[in-house]
Amino acid sequence: MKILVPVKRVLDANITVRVKSDGTGVDLANQKMSMNPFDEIAVEEAVKLREASIATEIVAVSIGPAQAQDTLRTALAMGADSAILVKTDETIEPLAVAKILKVIAEQQGPDLVIMGKQAIDDDSNQTAQMLSALLGWPQATFASKVEIADGKATVTREVDGGLETLEMSLPAVVSTDLRLNTPRYASLPNVMKAKKKPLEEIDAASLGVALAPTLSVVSTAKPAERKPGSMVSSVTELVEKLKTEARVL
Amino acid sequence: MSILILAEHDNSTLAVATAKAVAAAQKIGGDIDVLVAGSGCGQVAEAAAKLDGVAKVLVSDADAYAHQLAEPVSELLVHLAGGYSHIVAAATTSGKNVMPRVAALLDVMQVSDITAVLSDKRFERPVYAGAAIQTVEATADKVVVTVRASAFDAVGDGGSAPLEAVDFAPSAPKVKFVSRDTPVSAGPELANARIVVSGGRALGSAEKFNEIIKPLADKLGAAMGASRAAVDAGYAPNDWQVGQTGKVVAPDLYIAVGISGAIQHLAGMKNSKVIVAIDKDPEAPIFGVADYGLVGDLFELVPELTDAL
Repeated sequence: MKILVPVKRVLDANITVRVKSDGTGVDLANQKMSMNPFDEIAVEEAVKLREASIATEIVAVSIGPAQAQDTLRTALAMGADSAILVKTDETIEPLAVAKILKVIAEQQGPDLVIMGKQAIDDDSNQTAQMLSALLGWPQATFASKVEIADGKATVTREVDGGLETLEMSLPAVVSTDLRLNTPRYASLPNVMKAKKKPLEEIDAASLGVALAPTLSVVSTAKPAERKPGSMVSSVTELVEKLKTEARVL
Repeated sequence: MSILILAEHDNSTLAVATAKAVAAAQKIGGDIDVLVAGSGCGQVAEAAAKLDGVAKVLVSDADAYAHQLAEPVSELLVHLAGGYSHIVAAATTSGKNVMPRVAALLDVMQVSDITAVLSDKRFERPVYAGAAIQTVEATADKVVVTVRASAFDAVGDGGSAPLEAVDFAPSAPKVKFVSRDTPVSAGPELANARIVVSGGRALGSAEKFNEIIKPLADKLGAAMGASRAAVDAGYAPNDWQVGQTGKVVAPDLYIAVGISGAIQHLAGMKNSKVIVAIDKDPEAPIFGVADYGLVGDLFELVPELTDAL
């Protein structure tokens, strides 16, 4: 079985976000960029499926600038076999990403696409669902458990109020939730080996997909600041203030 | 303009999130219809008809929609989309699951998780875990939107909209529903509670979490929440997780107990009206967003607080 794993290069989750003062966006210059945390979970799950002799080949794909190569090398070091960089310097939105991934999926013919439930930069939570819709494949979003047997996937999903289990035919699209697994660190020997694994570059414009955004970003601003709070010295004072000052009790 | 809202329900009860989506739709302007897709969902349709501002309730009552799987429900919405300028749902796990499919099938982007309506095409939405607020404008004719429920006040229920049956058979499913596991949690639902009491890793064990957090929550009629660290450590079930990757809440009062306040957690609760933090570390980032901070041993302070109420 072949698995396709889309990965995104995003501002590292531990970096404090700075909004540019001119309102044009978030300052990404010279900041540490990393693989989207949900995508690490997707790569890990694919590698686990191969270790369980269910998957035979893992292809990682990323869409973005030349630097997204680093993100793909990380996926290769974690255990992916080959990588595809769909190169573009434009900012492209989930719909265009889904259309590009559809082309790649049709070329590669995977039995399963595993990807993160959302990217921690745009927080959209759309691409997996869109890809599934465009391919006409079943979807299982927010997965916390994936089992593959007899050409079927049984996926447990994290939903409001609990868990839901679905069974679906393959090929299918699965998006990962945090609880699915704990991603491994790439060891130094694997990082070295990853440098020799194949990484193909494709020009995004050559795929015949409209890349221009349909949702225009008018401005990006800092959220309203909370007014500074105060420290209280005792439970009695806290209860008193919640009752008389904040009036929430 | 005309707006179609996908109702959120479990075939017997209409979720409050739907009344909040209606409030957002009223700000967009135009006729508002609500779609109830389910199986044996008559009660839900009647509840939806009572929501203020709803012109009509469309009801698709069929086995195919029993578990509201994304595939059949998105086909139904696309079938109905021709008559509407906006397709709206609450940004719950169900709304997030279904709506991007609708958007892709209509060949438009979805505007995810909006927190404000500026015009019929212009919306505010948080990005980077709430560290920045984007103003976006939809350029396509059809606008697909999910609404962050905590950012809008639910509309009342004094209406009496007519019901209209919709007969549409979606294509044969490739997905089969197997089971649903709903942990028994007493108290109000986390996403809509007026008061939330959350615990973090400092509680130390599931037993202590229960012993310290639950009595306080019970006393306040509050929902219980947890930080990711507490969930990962097994102190609380994962659907209690508040944060960027869990639930986003905005109650009147949020009490954070033994939570340091990592940015991912703050993303899920910093729009609460009043925030109280109780932690032993005076340098913890949670005190930066708290209206009232109390430094000390939570194992002493929280029971004392419970007794004082």
